[in-house]
Amino acid sequence: MEARRKWIQLAVLAALIAVLPFFFPSGYYYRVGALIFVNGLSVIGLVILIGYAGQISLGHAGFAGIGAYACALGPQHLGLHPGLALILGAVISGLLALLIGRPILRLKGYYLAVATLGFGILVSMLLTNERALTGGPDGISVEDLGLRALLRDLGWRISGGEFWYGASGIALLVGAWLALNLFDSPTGRAMRSLHGSEVAASTVGIDVARQKLRAFVISAVYASVAGSLLALQNGFITPDVAGFMHSIEMVTMAVLGGVGSVLGATLGAAILTLLPQVLTVFAEYEQLVLGAVMILVMIFLPQGLLPSIARRLRGRGE
Amino acid sequence: MMKTMTSTALASLVALGALSGAAQAEIRLGASVSASGPAAFLGDPEAKTIEMMIEEINAAGGVNGEEIALTLYDDGGDPNKARTFATRLVEDDEVVAIIGGSTTGTTMSILDVAEDEGIPFISLAGAISIVDPVREYVFKTPHTDRMACQKIFTDMQAQGIASIGMISGTDGFGASMQAQCKEVAGEFGIEILADETYGPQDADMTPQLTRIRDTDGVQAVLNPGFGQGPAIVTRNVAQLGFEIPLYQSHGVASNAFVELAGLDAAEGVRLPGTALLIGDLLAEDDPQYKVVNDYIAAYQAKYDQEPSTFAGYAHDAVALMVDAITRAGSTDPAAIRDAIEATSGLVGTTGIYTFSPEDHLGLDLSAFRMLEITGEGWKQLD
Repeated sequence: MEARRKWIQLAVLAALIAVLPFFFPSGYYYRVGALIFVNGLSVIGLVILIGYAGQISLGHAGFAGIGAYACALGPQHLGLHPGLALILGAVISGLLALLIGRPILRLKGYYLAVATLGFGILVSMLLTNERALTGGPDGISVEDLGLRALLRDLGWRISGGEFWYGASGIALLVGAWLALNLFDSPTGRAMRSLHGSEVAASTVGIDVARQKLRAFVISAVYASVAGSLLALQNGFITPDVAGFMHSIEMVTMAVLGGVGSVLGATLGAAILTLLPQVLTVFAEYEQLVLGAVMILVMIFLPQGLLPSIARRLRGRGE
Repeated sequence: MMKTMTSTALASLVALGALSGAAQAEIRLGASVSASGPAAFLGDPEAKTIEMMIEEINAAGGVNGEEIALTLYDDGGDPNKARTFATRLVEDDEVVAIIGGSTTGTTMSILDVAEDEGIPFISLAGAISIVDPVREYVFKTPHTDRMACQKIFTDMQAQGIASIGMISGTDGFGASMQAQCKEVAGEFGIEILADETYGPQDADMTPQLTRIRDTDGVQAVLNPGFGQGPAIVTRNVAQLGFEIPLYQSHGVASNAFVELAGLDAAEGVRLPGTALLIGDLLAEDDPQYKVVNDYIAAYQAKYDQEPSTFAGYAHDAVALMVDAITRAGSTDPAAIRDAIEATSGLVGTTGIYTFSPEDHLGLDLSAFRMLEITGEGWKQLD
């Protein structure tokens, strides 16, 4: 039963990604789609951390920054292929998360939020101030991945927008698949038990600190890969990617869509990515609308959009 | 299945063709500026200027008899958003040219799209890397930071100053200008003895300035930066009783800066500025007299405030674009690009623009005027 639900969710996601382009009136929609997928990927990482393990991070943009700058700096300074740089960034992010998560995650409550907040700001400052290495606040160019040229040599000509729509769509699917697998695995169940009650979890023999650390490291790798994909897609990156506001945006996406649900989080990412595009006419009121949406969701749908709506629909069906 | 899809695609292509045919009566111009967010002090007056000028042009009958349809987006200073809006302008709004990119970061994001799609783009940001190396479709209106450094160092040289202390903001503007100044200082025989920095939110720069004061042989202080930082530096310099001149950058060339720092502290500060700042001081036979004062009058009438130097960058970008479209006599992006590159002697508020295939900035040092803040207001030194 559980396994069937997993495949249904993945199938819905895959179908949406594959079918939507037929309704795109112009190439611009591929760009928006690709952004949604990249944001969705990092938000799925937060689902594992916040939704499964019940921990909060306000510095995940820091990991996105590490992933992004790995793709910018790796090829430039180490002569790495951008694809390898993506993996290098993910490894660095994972190790860093392990290092800082170890002491922090033994603490309860707000300490983790504050510590991750500090971490995010540190990364952002480092990227801004180490001008000689990172190009400073003006940003830095990112080498092309080269895959599109490879496809062209194989006789398949697609535009940059189409390529990144496909590439980030596949990345999102893989990310969702892994997260859904984790959900039903023993590790996932152990993580989710922390969310309910840490005391209860430890009495049944779950190593609380270890499970928290696992969730933290996994979510850091998600954010890092998403940051790398964004950098490669944009071909240019500034320290904004690691900024505090980006961290908040990621958490908001997760909470809005439904922090316990992979599909919900993707929906949250889609809504918050689309909103500024839809609201260009009311650009001045964008923050206002965003705030109002958040408040309404928190009051009326505290579990996030998708889980709340799904429950309501199911209730009616019975 | 495949067949229906192909025919749907064909049908929509035909529909698109019909649409663009119907739209021939207007010139679609796109803009993406940072009207909100941390760079709003740049983007807000730029957006106001662009909207005002397009309204004026349309009221006067448009360009070549066609109205300009402006699509303006607010990217909030976020390079990622700027890239999305640039894609939207090109792919969805089907504009023939783009103005915008208030910051270097947003400009670098937009220019990729413009180059890929072959759409002429006039940037409003300062960094030299935007036009060096020259990119086929990318132009810009503001001077580079390097030129500001050169102008300041020229004045220092004339004053017999050979060794200075620098204190720079770590924001994009300050950091970029700091690097450029250090690169060109040698050409003017100027040695940088102290090199301090401060964060954009810092409230006191006394420690850094004390270190500069205690450095032997410093003959002047240079402060690349914008926002509140330079105002605090100016006040701190006065409080510490410096007896050497203080040079500020074009980033703070505004009356707002004098108010923020206080006239007592700001008196004697030297900085490079554009003609826009001293419209009332310009000689009537100055080539920029009419352009500058007409623009100031129109802006003041509409928005009840003075246009900033940054607003002037947008003014010049619109003027260049409209001039190029007029001369090109068509709305073909490639023809507009060629016309922009052929611009010669176009008078703007920032300077007089002459582009060439090797130069997509089109300004020289004469565009800058060295100014000093005095008790009676601004004084032009050269």
